[in-house]
Amino acid sequence: MRDIAFDLAAAPSATIKSTPRDVLLEARSLGFTAGKDSLLNDVNLKILRGSRTLIMGPNGAGKSLLLRLLHGLLQPASGEVLWQGAPLTRQSRRSQAMVFQRPVLLRRSVLANLKFALSVRGWRGKERSGKIETALASAGLSHLARRPARVLSGGEQQRLALVRALACEPDLLFLDEPTANLDPASTAAIEDLLMDASARGVTIVLVTHDAGQAKRLGEDLIFLQDGSVAETGSVDQVLNTPQSEPVRAWRQGRLYLGPNTHSMQNHSRRML
Amino acid sequence: MDSFWSVFGGAFGLVFALDPDLMEIIGLSMRVTLTAVFFACLIGLPLGAAVGAFRFPGHTLLAVSLNALMGLPPVVVGLLVYLLLSAAGPLGPLKLLYTPTAMIVAQMVLVTPIVAALTRQLVEDLNREYSEQYASMGVGPIDRLTSLLWDARYSLLTVALAGFGRAVAEVGAVIIVGGNINHVTRVMTTTIALETSKGNLQLALALGVILLLIAFFVNACVMTLRASAARAAYA
Repeated sequence: MRDIAFDLAAAPSATIKSTPRDVLLEARSLGFTAGKDSLLNDVNLKILRGSRTLIMGPNGAGKSLLLRLLHGLLQPASGEVLWQGAPLTRQSRRSQAMVFQRPVLLRRSVLANLKFALSVRGWRGKERSGKIETALASAGLSHLARRPARVLSGGEQQRLALVRALACEPDLLFLDEPTANLDPASTAAIEDLLMDASARGVTIVLVTHDAGQAKRLGEDLIFLQDGSVAETGSVDQVLNTPQSEPVRAWRQGRLYLGPNTHSMQNHSRRML
Repeated sequence: MDSFWSVFGGAFGLVFALDPDLMEIIGLSMRVTLTAVFFACLIGLPLGAAVGAFRFPGHTLLAVSLNALMGLPPVVVGLLVYLLLSAAGPLGPLKLLYTPTAMIVAQMVLVTPIVAALTRQLVEDLNREYSEQYASMGVGPIDRLTSLLWDARYSLLTVALAGFGRAVAEVGAVIIVGGNINHVTRVMTTTIALETSKGNLQLALALGVILLLIAFFVNACVMTLRASAARAAYA
């Protein structure tokens, strides 16, 4: 039986298992507030080296926020993020990379985008050229190398963003709904690249709304609801036999209104 | 006084005859203006980019000051530069007063805040778009600054153009520090002012037409460049 890649202290409904693989990233009692609103509450999780973890949940649950906190792009209001047991620093963040839902590409050619990312990480000369060539070939973008990055199609742009992140050889790759706006072919291309990276040992943490994608890619799943971890476990376990009401409601397409209320059958009925 | 149309005819006659005095004035104007804009960009672009890209103590004060300095009155700048360069001033020993260099300094003082303030706004907007990606990549401050300036390069052409427009049309400051000395510090704008006051409208108008043509040509070049950059999604 495979490992669960997170601490389940904040998810009483799930089962705690031993974790023989080493912990790459850990969140302890993570919280985030905006003004008086608490957007994330007491999130505890562990990401194991080499694992593929999916973060799911309804809109506004705090998935993207959690990803940004784990990557160190935002500072938590409470709790801490540990990288290999030590507090996350700017230096340790260089072992990570992130792909955003809307790819952020520089106003340069495809080639120059890759060159910039690698230069920042200190690669120069032939070594850098070799990496660029490999990255372009893996994404099927070699013939577009001289093209301005921003004229590429949505799928090509996202593939470029992904191989740019992977070219920097991160230990951990965060992805925030990378296929949200893509067609099935482009989605498949992104998923293939992710599985290749995973096979090379890259740890993956991915936010998605797509249960099918979760089943195709995921090993472990964290389900967020209203800024808290509602349930964790293997993807199959959480999606097929959900233990919590938020996940059951989400799987059945119902609106979950809170612990003391009944879930509504659908939005239109709620409106009635 | 000459009739309206005969003034125009005489002006174009001077332009097409490539009158040597006229060419000298145009040459000096371009030399002073382009040098001033070059140095203003050298200072204003990185300064504006730094204010746009980074937050530091006094950031807001500096940003507000740059915006306020965009409206510097030219005669006040002329007076300040005059005081600096006059024999009794701190830079008096350099003997720069009434030289083209003094005019370059005055124009540079006027143009630098314009370049810096407009650059700040552009870079701030671009940085907002890139900041998470930069942070994720671990881009350092120098790389961030150069990358932002490079990616904003086509928009910054318009900034340089705004600086050029201000400098080439400047008369108040350069007449104070340059003195409008014939064959030494006489530029298009100061000549227009002088010749108009003397009633020599043909030369004044000829210079006015040339000034407009130069402004039109430079604007057309920059707009063409920006349009091609926009088509390539670089701008």
